[in-house]
Amino acid sequence: MQELIRRMKELMADGTVQRVLGWKKGDLSYNPEPYYFNTAEELDEFVYDGFCGANLSKYMVKGSNLEGKTLVLLKPCDTYSFNQLIKEHRVDRDKAYIIGVGCKGKLSPEKLKEKGIKGIKSISGAEIDGDCTELKIDTVYGEKTVAYKDVMLERCHVCKGKEHRIYDELMLESADTCDGDRFTDVEIIENLPADEKFAYFRQELSKCIRCNACRNVCPACNCRKCVFDSTKFDSEQKANVDSFEESMFHIIRAFHVAGRCTDCGECSRVCPQGIPLHLFNRKFIKDINEYYGEFTAGEDAETKGPLTDYTLEDLEPDERR
Amino acid sequence: MHGIGVFVCHCGSNIAATVDVKKVVEMARLEPGVVHAEDYQYMCSEAGQEKIANAIKEKNLTGIVVCSCSPRMHEATFRKCAEKAGINPYMVEIANIREQCSWIHKNIEEGTEKAVILTRAAIAKVSLNTSLLPGESKVTKRALVIGGGIAGIQTALDIADAGYEVDIVEKTPSIGGKMAQLDKTFPTLDCSACILTPKMVDAAAHEKINLYTYSEIEKVSGFVGDFTVEIRKKARYVNMDKCTGCGVCMEKCPSKKAKSEFNSGLNNRPAIYTPFAQAIPNVPVIDPTQCIKLKTGKCGVCEKFCQAGAIDYKQKDEVVTRKYGAIVVATGFEVIKLDNLEEYAYSQSKDVITSLELERIMNAAGPTKGHLERLSDGKHPKEIVFIQCVGSRCDESKGKPYCSKICCMYTAKHAMLIRDKYPDVNVTVFYIDVRTPGKNFDEFYRRAVEEYGVNYVKGQVGKVAPQPDGSLLVHGVDLLDGKQLKISADMVVLAAAIEPNPSVRQIATMLTASIDTNNFLTEAHPKLRPVESPTAGVFLSGVCQGPKDIPETVSQAGAAAIKVVGLLAKDKLLTNPCTAKADELLCNGCSACANVCPYGAISYEDKLIVDHGVRKTHRVAVVNSALCQGCGACTVTCPSGVMDLQGFSNRQIIAEVDAICR
Amino acid sequence: MSMNEEFRPKIVAFCCNWCSYAGADLAGSSRLAYPADVKIIRVPCSCRVNPMFILRAFERGADGVIICGCHPGDCHYSTGNYYARRRMTLLFSMLDYVGIERGRTRVEWVSAAEGVKFSNTMNDFVETIRSMGKNVRLGDLRCKN
Repeated sequence: MQELIRRMKELMADGTVQRVLGWKKGDLSYNPEPYYFNTAEELDEFVYDGFCGANLSKYMVKGSNLEGKTLVLLKPCDTYSFNQLIKEHRVDRDKAYIIGVGCKGKLSPEKLKEKGIKGIKSISGAEIDGDCTELKIDTVYGEKTVAYKDVMLERCHVCKGKEHRIYDELMLESADTCDGDRFTDVEIIENLPADEKFAYFRQELSKCIRCNACRNVCPACNCRKCVFDSTKFDSEQKANVDSFEESMFHIIRAFHVAGRCTDCGECSRVCPQGIPLHLFNRKFIKDINEYYGEFTAGEDAETKGPLTDYTLEDLEPDERR
Repeated sequence: MHGIGVFVCHCGSNIAATVDVKKVVEMARLEPGVVHAEDYQYMCSEAGQEKIANAIKEKNLTGIVVCSCSPRMHEATFRKCAEKAGINPYMVEIANIREQCSWIHKNIEEGTEKAVILTRAAIAKVSLNTSLLPGESKVTKRALVIGGGIAGIQTALDIADAGYEVDIVEKTPSIGGKMAQLDKTFPTLDCSACILTPKMVDAAAHEKINLYTYSEIEKVSGFVGDFTVEIRKKARYVNMDKCTGCGVCMEKCPSKKAKSEFNSGLNNRPAIYTPFAQAIPNVPVIDPTQCIKLKTGKCGVCEKFCQAGAIDYKQKDEVVTRKYGAIVVATGFEVIKLDNLEEYAYSQSKDVITSLELERIMNAAGPTKGHLERLSDGKHPKEIVFIQCVGSRCDESKGKPYCSKICCMYTAKHAMLIRDKYPDVNVTVFYIDVRTPGKNFDEFYRRAVEEYGVNYVKGQVGKVAPQPDGSLLVHGVDLLDGKQLKISADMVVLAAAIEPNPSVRQIATMLTASIDTNNFLTEAHPKLRPVESPTAGVFLSGVCQGPKDIPETVSQAGAAAIKVVGLLAKDKLLTNPCTAKADELLCNGCSACANVCPYGAISYEDKLIVDHGVRKTHRVAVVNSALCQGCGACTVTCPSGVMDLQGFSNRQIIAEVDAICR
Repeated sequence: MSMNEEFRPKIVAFCCNWCSYAGADLAGSSRLAYPADVKIIRVPCSCRVNPMFILRAFERGADGVIICGCHPGDCHYSTGNYYARRRMTLLFSMLDYVGIERGRTRVEWVSAAEGVKFSNTMNDFVETIRSMGKNVRLGDLRCKN
């Protein structure tokens, strides 16, 4: 990581970039936050470790409007989002200097909590330079250890791969973390009887408090004004007045990002209620792959999305399985 | 503040019989914004329209709802009426309480309830209507005719005679089309060439007609009144300005292996060729797949012999871009492939031929110089069997479900001509029905039977079996006698079905003109608008719209021409104002809408936007309302709902949904 | 609604102006009856139907929503129904996934000449919805009694 900081300072010093978009140490050992570093001094607060799950590509929507170039750090999966944002003309490639940083899987503070680990004072083993196999956690109740994999975000278990789709230079090593199939959960639900599907989603969605965290973090949800806030559609909704609205919101949100969602998993990561929102997006991804051929949003910045495309032989809505 | 008027039509008893119109009026009065409601026997009548106009003036109505027949019927009428009375014509909504209510429901209670709900939805919509102004677009006073057969030639001549410029684009080297291949025409038996070639010459000589032969449509953009068309002029390798049409090159060309398209592949033509002697223009083309010089670089015989120095091996395809106000499709037909009808042994015996091939055999300029002979051994046939409906009125796995319409008549013609010239030849015709509607058609067919002794057998042929001695054993059935028949024939002629020229699919796509399951172009209305395509500015002429004979083709060609002339005579067209519009304040500029726009109507601009006092430059979508046709594909693609469709806005449709589900 | 009264579903039918709406008109002029439960909303093209409209209808108490457009290949705007087909395939699959009974949504291609098909389709759709009963699932979600 020191090497990375040195390189970032170098690029700032020689005028290549005006600022760095990275992660800043949080007030706790497991909550770093996205931050624009405007001076070399500020970079002392920089951190990049296993808790830096935040996808910085969406912050480049703002970054593209700033003076000069912004150095942005993108993990392999973030680069898909970045490509997608280029495709949608929301970020300016020329305004970004991309350092593709390696990734060894990102961690979920929620999972630490589920493991009964509370009162955390400090954590070691999450450093990107380490081997990321075990976390040592110093808590007020004494020291605890936990396997790195056991507290990794769900999305890292179904990682898209170590390859960056877009970058100016690469730094730091990555590790393979994929040990699952991302459609397993979707299939399990698909195979439930309608009643149980309904019961499951009703229970999950009833937790929604409409805080809009999913919408705010989602790189595909980059509308200047969300349709659910728009008075022009007669669809503006207030939080939690009518439980149908939550279903409608999440279904429509998933529909709006269908074919654009890179499955970055940020929606589920940030949901304070722990709703597995990625299950909506993955359903669309799975259907799209099945019905219209494999498609990975953000693999490049040019290919037409499946919902703005068609073939004469597409299957009929009633022909789906 | 809204003031909505509701006008409920009885339509005589058409509506009033199953809808309690008084009740609809009463219920409408309860809806918010409604300040006036009345019913009348015939709202579309002059008196009815006067009622509407008076109410608009007296009650200062801002919008009206007419509860009547389908908007497809009288929306335009009521819009005009509203406009005359001083409100914007787009402040009118129709509640369709006839076709979609009174005519399908028997129970008056049910009908009334539904009519009330439909009225309520229309009221909800009209209160969100906004005044819309149609734009104006110019009319390019030039027409394009695609296809240079008799249909295209006739349409072009009629348009040109009315004083407008016409371009004919023909993909083969000469105009003339299928009619040029015919020997004689029914029911008069006059020679096809004698009546066609003068028209071809007229077209070529007409100062208002410009021919693009050996050319194809590459791309079409634009809309009625203002189409932009790219035409690919394929390389002829012969300079049209220099060529004198002497024909020496064709004589001297050493490559003579290509099948003559004009003679239905029955004989060969050289690599440099005109399709037929009377070709217009009389300038040959070099077939690059056959020319030795173009393939190997060695030869150059034609260049050597050409005194005019017209040969140019380096010629390239040229794409020209031209503007048109109207486009006529006259792409004609082809005879179907007979691969799925193997029982007739077409591919097994040279003596099983199609009727079009027989046309060439009978023609003095054809491969046999007009002598009726077997293609296998050149012998004079004594027994000829004609088989009707080959691939027509047939199972779709084998052929076409429709009647090809022309076969009964041309077969009678062939039979008659053969019996006339060669009384020693026996002619049998197997038919399902003989269809002869048309002036002097049935008389013609009866002459074939009665005067010329053609043997008509009602029944189908199951199999044609080529025999070792070269004869063809025809297994048929005589339905009237209930007998199996076996006829040893020397020649079998198949009345193969016709289908639209395969190129029409691509052309239809380029024109956004619709096409039916058999690839015939769809007309705007099957009875009332038979020569117009549903796509504005696109017209249909000839077989591309459906099977027809020459007299029908010519009359349809004339009809298409007058529609074109009617359009070109206008100086300006009013455009549909129900177009998409982006709210530039909130547009993301993501390009999703442009990706789905079939008209290329959406472009992007960097605009300075002032939002709550903040000045920023944003990439925003801009809709060219002259190009937009108002489908709404963009509106759904836009995730933020920034793209909306005027006249069918998000809020309007949601208001209708809410009103219906209330 | 009392128990013994027949269940009358609320059905919203979005019909494209060029084919299906005309097909509905033809069904009307041919006096081909279908239940009054079906209420038609005219849209220029099936591609104008926003998934929001469909969910809105369910939110407001619809029991079934059907979208009718020109047959693929015959769209007046040439490509509209191709987009609609993809959108609706995915949306319906999603509704299925969250447990909304299949059959409450349908897409049908009806040409201007297919009055019979329009009538048959609506009869069949209403029959399906009637047999499924009231839209309880979405009703539950609406928290209405």
